[in-house]
Amino acid sequence: MELIRPDTHFDFIGKRKITLCISTVVILICLGSILFHGGLKYGVDFAGGLLIQIKFSKPVSISEVRGALDVMGSKEAMVQAFGGENEFLIRVEKSSEDLEAMSKTIQASLQQQFKDKPLEIRRAEVVGPKVGKDLKKKALWAVGLSLVAILIYVAFRFHEISYGLGGIISLFHDVIVVYGAISIAGIEYSLNVLAVVLTIVGFSINDTIVIFDRVRENIKKMRKDSLETIFNVSINETLGRTILTNGTVMIVVLILFFFGGAVIHDFTTALIVGMITGTYSTVYIASPVVLFWEQYISRRKRR
Amino acid sequence: MLRGLKWKFILYAAITLFAILLLLPTLTSELPPWFGKVIPTEKIHLGLDLQGGMHLILEVEAEKALESYVERIKNNLRDDLKEKGIPVGKLEREKGSQIVFEVSGEKERWEKILSQRYGMMQELSSSTLDKGIWRVALVLDSRQADQIKKNAIDQALETIRNRVDQFGVSEPEITLQGTDRILIQLPGIRDPQRAINLIGQTALLEFKLVDEEGDIETALKGNVPEGDIILYQRSVDPKTGGVKKIPYLLKEKTLMTGEVLKDARVALDSQFHEPYVSLEFDDIGAKLFEQITGANVKKRLAIILDNNVYSAPVIQERIAGGRAQITGRFDTKEASDLAIVLRAGALPAPVKIIEERTVGPSLGQDSIHKGIISTLISAVFIVLFMIFYYRLSGMIADVALILNVVLTLAALALFRATLTLPGIAGLVLSIGMAVDANVLIHERIKEELRWGKTIRAAIDQGYHRAFSAIIDSNLTTLIAGVLLYQFGTGPVRGFAVTVSIGILANIFTAVYITRWIFDFWTLKMKVKTLSI
Repeated sequence: MELIRPDTHFDFIGKRKITLCISTVVILICLGSILFHGGLKYGVDFAGGLLIQIKFSKPVSISEVRGALDVMGSKEAMVQAFGGENEFLIRVEKSSEDLEAMSKTIQASLQQQFKDKPLEIRRAEVVGPKVGKDLKKKALWAVGLSLVAILIYVAFRFHEISYGLGGIISLFHDVIVVYGAISIAGIEYSLNVLAVVLTIVGFSINDTIVIFDRVRENIKKMRKDSLETIFNVSINETLGRTILTNGTVMIVVLILFFFGGAVIHDFTTALIVGMITGTYSTVYIASPVVLFWEQYISRRKRR
Repeated sequence: MLRGLKWKFILYAAITLFAILLLLPTLTSELPPWFGKVIPTEKIHLGLDLQGGMHLILEVEAEKALESYVERIKNNLRDDLKEKGIPVGKLEREKGSQIVFEVSGEKERWEKILSQRYGMMQELSSSTLDKGIWRVALVLDSRQADQIKKNAIDQALETIRNRVDQFGVSEPEITLQGTDRILIQLPGIRDPQRAINLIGQTALLEFKLVDEEGDIETALKGNVPEGDIILYQRSVDPKTGGVKKIPYLLKEKTLMTGEVLKDARVALDSQFHEPYVSLEFDDIGAKLFEQITGANVKKRLAIILDNNVYSAPVIQERIAGGRAQITGRFDTKEASDLAIVLRAGALPAPVKIIEERTVGPSLGQDSIHKGIISTLISAVFIVLFMIFYYRLSGMIADVALILNVVLTLAALALFRATLTLPGIAGLVLSIGMAVDANVLIHERIKEELRWGKTIRAAIDQGYHRAFSAIIDSNLTTLIAGVLLYQFGTGPVRGFAVTVSIGILANIFTAVYITRWIFDFWTLKMKVKTLSI
């Protein structure tokens, strides 16, 4: 069975000026949203604070919960509906020392005030300010080192620094787009979302390497052609695989999105965005970067 | 070639069988007793985010252990100087682990005491004030201080382990994290608040005499007699819920601590049917208690826990036999928790909760339930799609994919790794890459067939050509995974573990297992056309 005819000749690379504009606009929107919101919306994992997820057994409106919190004078507490019916998230973003006690008070007071509508504490998290900072620092280090390792490995395997750079720059593109999407959708940046970002990085670099691999192979065969042609041919040759693989994964992610439940909703939303940008960036970021480098910066021009 | 096929089959079949055996304990609990002797019976551990439970990180305030150590030295020093008749004025602990005191008389005499008995304190400075009065500053030796801090942390870890063991939690995990943090994971806990109280309580039990001569009223106005302190008894009115604080003027010197406890049990008062905690001292404690009670008949002895006075009964007579009791208004649960913490011993220093995550059992169950459903739907989709698109060859890819998941999960069980939500993200990534590897190979074989190659040549070339792409993309991700594991924490590590294992399984299944099946299929069955 053939989904994609084997002899496609789309001029992907020729359109790179247009797509560069699109990329620039998208990146600017993403960075703009992050800046506009005053940075990423850090969850309690990174910012420190407390989070309580409650579920009532009988219908309760969000304003009732807000009212109850007002009664006890928890002004910093924010309430939002979450997942299923009568389920709410209460959050306090505060980096003080007495969070533990505060969490206790809120839980007890809610249970007291909604005596006739029993509630269940489904999740309670308290992260001290020091821990949040630690987690942030460690996560940053781990991700940074991984990116450097990817750069070195790809540059080594493809004998050119440009391929490593292409891969890394496209990863940065993807990460910025995903962070932008998180910021626009108002999703909180938590450790779980960080795991998604890492997943996206994995998919994206995988996609990039598959096409680079074809380029590496075709350079040997097509000695007379320009690098631009080689990239175009390579992308076309692997088009079937790109659509099959990324399509399959995309559908799996959509299944997770619709059936996976509220807890992983943020998680899958970010993944969907990441899959799209990861596929796009291979063709329109990674490849043009290599072309640009080889044409203008590298002395050894390829013919 | 055919002989090679046979040996490869034996090897691959053995690995597959081993992986399935490793997974059996996770799938069923009814295994024959001999099973555990042959195969590790580790189950796949689900993270607290999936199964519900409590995750705590405590910080041991080791500085406080240092302070109380120096505090004791200070009290001993005062007694020693007084005993030798050396006039001592101000004597205070300063800046954590320093002691500053003023002393008069011959320098040699007090210096002798210092060098003989207080070797752990270094003289920081000494200067004459006037008329033969010396002002001396001592500081705790830094090596000694480090040792005390380290001991405090080790002992805190041990004590908390004891308490959790006695509380009865299945498969708790209590480990040291960094230098002064303790990570506690309690799966499936039902009453998190109670567990926190139990773990976090310092539980320092002290016996001090009530200062019968001092006047509590003047002391409350700020005029506390030398060597006395004020502590409070909290009493909750069961009707109104209001808290009353009753002040006590006590002698600062601690006569006895909980260290001499042998046992602590809950007992029921025969008269009022109220629970109390009965204490039993060890031999040293029993003797000490007899001495103390004997010397202080008709005085009041305060029983203090974590600076709260529980009761201060009048000593009626010398008490031999080494028994005492703590009464107070508590319910049975509180009493039994108190007995647990007293039995397990006091924490050498207070602990502070710096991270707490509790997932209720129902949320965990929800996550598992939905996770299983969506995973099954995804799996069915992928399996069917592969067959739909690649026909018989698609079934080969399916074998590889299923085996990939089996191997990954088996490795998780073998290495006692924990499966968390981020871990599932890692699993999704590795399955995605497994699909990709199979697609790469199949597309390549198709491409070679289009060029007019024979089936055998197409398979050979297809694998050969696809190999570099698979290896490079998988190795890149593996390197990133290993680094994330090395430098990440908690969830990042959970992700890194499944990704790394998944990728290793992927290279094995997608490249080697499928190759064997293709070879077997084309060589043994001698097919004329490839269903791909």
